[in-house]
Amino acid sequence: MGGIIKSSVARKFAMALSGLFLVFFLLQHFTINFTSVISPDIFNELSHFMGNNFVVQALLQPVLIFGVIFHFIMGFILEIQNRNARGVGYKNYNGNANSSWMSRNMIYSGAVILAFLGLHFYDFWFPEISHKYIHGLPEDPTRYYEETIVKFKDLWRVILYVVSFIFLMLHLLHGFASSFQSVGFNNKYSKGLQGFTKAFAIIIPLGFIFIALFHYINQL
Amino acid sequence: MKLTLKIWRQDNAKTKGKMIDYPIDGIEGDMSFLEMLDVLNEELVAKGEEPVEFDHDCREGICGSCSLQINGEPHGPDRLITTCQLHMRSFKDGDTITIEPFRAKAFPVVKDLIVDRGSFDRIQQAGGYVSVNTSGNTVDANAIPVNKQNADDSFAAATCIGCGACVAACKNASAMLFTSAKVSQYALLPQGQIEATERVQAMVRQMDEEGFGNCSNTGACEIECPKGISLENIARMNREYMSATSKG
Amino acid sequence: MSILDSKIPEGPLADKWTKHKNEIDLVNPANKRNIDVIVIGTGLAGGSAAATLAELGYNVKTFCYQDSPRRAHSIAAQGGINAAKNYQGDGDSNYRLFYDTVKGGDYRSREANVYRLAEVSGNIIDQCVAQGVPFAREYGGLLDNRSFGGVLVSRTFYAKGQTGQQLLLGAYSAMNRQINRGKIQSYNRHEMMDLVLVDGKARGIIARDMVTGEIQRHSAHAVVLASGGYGNVFFLSTNAMGSNVMAAWRAHRRGAYFANPCYTQIHPTCIPVSGDHQSKLTLMSESLRNDGRIWVPKKKEDVIAIREGKKKPTDLSEDERDYYLERRYPAFGNLVPRDVASRAAKERCDAGYGVNKTGEAVYLDFASAIERYGKEKAFTSGHKNPTEAEITKLGKEVIEAKYGNLFQMYQKIVDQNPYETPMMIYPAVHYTMGGLWVDYNLQTTIPGCYAAGEANFSDHGANRLGASALMQGLADGYFVLPYTIGDYLSKDIRTGKISTDSPEFEAAEKDVTDRINRLMNASGKHSVDHYHKLLGKIMWNKCGMARNAKDLEDALEEIKALREDFWANVKVTGKSGDKNAELEKAGRVADFLELGELFAKDALHRNESCGGHFREEYQTEEGEALRDDENFKYVAAWEYTGNPRDAKLHKEELKFNNIELKTRSYK
Repeated sequence: MGGIIKSSVARKFAMALSGLFLVFFLLQHFTINFTSVISPDIFNELSHFMGNNFVVQALLQPVLIFGVIFHFIMGFILEIQNRNARGVGYKNYNGNANSSWMSRNMIYSGAVILAFLGLHFYDFWFPEISHKYIHGLPEDPTRYYEETIVKFKDLWRVILYVVSFIFLMLHLLHGFASSFQSVGFNNKYSKGLQGFTKAFAIIIPLGFIFIALFHYINQL
Repeated sequence: MKLTLKIWRQDNAKTKGKMIDYPIDGIEGDMSFLEMLDVLNEELVAKGEEPVEFDHDCREGICGSCSLQINGEPHGPDRLITTCQLHMRSFKDGDTITIEPFRAKAFPVVKDLIVDRGSFDRIQQAGGYVSVNTSGNTVDANAIPVNKQNADDSFAAATCIGCGACVAACKNASAMLFTSAKVSQYALLPQGQIEATERVQAMVRQMDEEGFGNCSNTGACEIECPKGISLENIARMNREYMSATSKG
Repeated sequence: MSILDSKIPEGPLADKWTKHKNEIDLVNPANKRNIDVIVIGTGLAGGSAAATLAELGYNVKTFCYQDSPRRAHSIAAQGGINAAKNYQGDGDSNYRLFYDTVKGGDYRSREANVYRLAEVSGNIIDQCVAQGVPFAREYGGLLDNRSFGGVLVSRTFYAKGQTGQQLLLGAYSAMNRQINRGKIQSYNRHEMMDLVLVDGKARGIIARDMVTGEIQRHSAHAVVLASGGYGNVFFLSTNAMGSNVMAAWRAHRRGAYFANPCYTQIHPTCIPVSGDHQSKLTLMSESLRNDGRIWVPKKKEDVIAIREGKKKPTDLSEDERDYYLERRYPAFGNLVPRDVASRAAKERCDAGYGVNKTGEAVYLDFASAIERYGKEKAFTSGHKNPTEAEITKLGKEVIEAKYGNLFQMYQKIVDQNPYETPMMIYPAVHYTMGGLWVDYNLQTTIPGCYAAGEANFSDHGANRLGASALMQGLADGYFVLPYTIGDYLSKDIRTGKISTDSPEFEAAEKDVTDRINRLMNASGKHSVDHYHKLLGKIMWNKCGMARNAKDLEDALEEIKALREDFWANVKVTGKSGDKNAELEKAGRVADFLELGELFAKDALHRNESCGGHFREEYQTEEGEALRDDENFKYVAAWEYTGNPRDAKLHKEELKFNNIELKTRSYK
């Protein structure tokens, strides 16, 4: 990341682009997940496609992983730099007076999402990789639905998912709109765009929460 | 009214400072915040103690000298004013008021509430100008018409007083609003176009070298700016910078 | 015969400056690199002079007491800058600007200097626009103008109510360019403590680093003083808290004559004093008088009712109001020059018609402007039958666009909404026309010591017109001084670097440290502010808007006694080798205590009324100023002889060959 780290403006630009990419991924992920509520068959079909398509697996997946890692590492680097930039701290700092809690605590909401990703990888990604590439088990295009909903049997996991999605909401409430400002988009359309980003930030995590609860309740 | 002041006292850049409590009485609502400090200082001098040092000069909100973090906000709780324009009628009898210097690594404390904002000067020196000679041998002023909207936006950006409230308010101690205001002033005028590429790069480079933090778009700077400098300027600077970088 | 040589070039008025520029000696570019120039003050005059001098190739050191050159008090100028561009096609010309300025100055300024000022005024606008100063523009993209007091044309360029800020930032950016090139070294938070003369020439300064307390020697081939005015001798003024006379006064003590110290401008549109705690006064641009109408109630009982809060100003009908400026001066109305407007306000308040608790305030009313603009706006936007409320709303919008920041400032300070109720205003000390005497080249009576901007006396005579200070500061700095100084420096190309190890520097440094020690070691009874406030009271009451011989004589004695008390009993806390605001103030007040005495002496000797100097003994039956051209048509330049009251008077006779001396009439 040598060249990019050099300038503060370029850093935020890169942060914004990676963030926007992750937002796009999130929408895609949500769309597929949501089909599990509607029809196990469609869900299986789409999951099979995503899991076995060469372009998705060999090209998009690495880009996504890079995007995630970049976003996290850069986030931590920025946070360290930003803390250093203050030097001696304030005894009294009234951040609520001039900024939202979300905007000031992206590092914490981000860290929670990172921890969630760990769980999520443990739940789905590692078994999937192990299934396909390590053990080389035969592909069954109908296995995905069952494999997915079984995870939502445990209440503790559902709670962790719900909490994580709330933090995702907080992260998106600032981050989505903020990334447009970072790439230089601030004009008469910004107000409308902000409305859209806010709605997105609330609806998508709520949707994920709904999916988790739906499967939990259905398996009671 | 009667107040308790908690004020940061520090002898000089090398020593450590601390908060000290000062009770004060007889404060009237019509006093400005700095006049209230004058009263305190008059009392301290009478007692033979060293008065609290703070930067101030014009006392009408335009020189940008005054720089106090009051109850956790630069220039206090009111909006679109500097500390010298803050009046005591914004406080109540019995209030406790904390007064700290603007905090940033790039703004080292000189004494008490005074900080060194030389980093702002250096950012401007890096490119905050149009390179024309001051000989007066230029074209007639009306030979360069400027679209009124652009002229007004340029003026709005140029009203920055360089007080540093943006840095003080920002949780990251970022100087983006300050730097972008200057970049914008010139970016919006035909006179500034010629050097636009070099200007934005040089000013951002200097800003980074001074040790200011990164922008995370919390928007605190815009809210606390006594001149209401808009976040649009930061977006503009980002565009200018990325397009300058792509030009090489 | 005077020993003062103004060095005004021969020839017709309009050709003098061009001819002079052609004839003065120049320094070749290679030699400029070996010449150092010190500039004190970084306002419009100092900042622009430093930038141009550095651009020409000289090595420049600038000094300012603020933490950045950008904070000099020029930044607070609101209304605008004059230039004879005639963009409005209303008959403006260099001659008319010259004429207005000389007349506005009550015929006490030097013709040749004023004409030069008018001549270069247009260049200033060109220059500033090229530098990216965002002046106000019209929809067509061209520059907009407004009109100001004392003139009949629209020649004032402006940037909302922040013209001084924009122009100063322009000069500061020009300075930054030279700092980036290494041609200017900028010493911020440094105060000039003394001027150093070697063989009778200004060769450097002693400065104090205000952060460390270090006393420093700086040498140069010439020293430019652009340190502003001395309005703070009144304690309460519209000047910045730090504005002071130290640099100019130190030069005066070293041999620079001080000219016309009593010419002080009391600005009519300031926010009235609210109480004893007041630390400074706030001015609101004179441009407000373009649209605001000034009045007091006609009847005393209404005055009393208003003061007691039983009546509101808006309760009074048109018949019950006395628009006294429109009544007394029908031709200029609310746009009479500042001195006239201020005295008229004082006259009404002295007669008992002041409208606030202290009895020292008059109304500035925008109601009729709001109505007028509202109707206009409604009409142009196709709204043919607007209601009263719509008119008011539209009118307020227009007023807000024009003066929004001033209205906001007023509301913040006074806690009243000026869109709903008239503003209250009262005159306050604002600008000092007097200053160091300079010749046509802006050189003081010390060779190598120059003075520019408000620090010199040159262009405004006894009263300055609105929007002329910015013009003069930038004219001196950008276009005059950098060239005239070359004439002097051309004789210095072989001098080489000036050493700071000479006995002269040694002695000057010792003077400075001795003085600081005296201040630190006085008995410590009263604070510096205590003395400053007392001095201010004497000055305002006895040397203020109206003066008389007896008061001035009293003032002379009182100031002397106060000064002696100050040196014996002042209390300066802290250490001298440290950042010490009390010590900084003490040094400045010490000099004000000397200047104040010279001020009173000058006012006492000038047995006439002219411009900002009004002597009660010399007025017409209608209360207008009575000038005495026969006996006082001269610049009073005072030579320091060891004691302010013993200063020796030198007269520079003023010759008016291009303008007929008349009684100023704005009726």
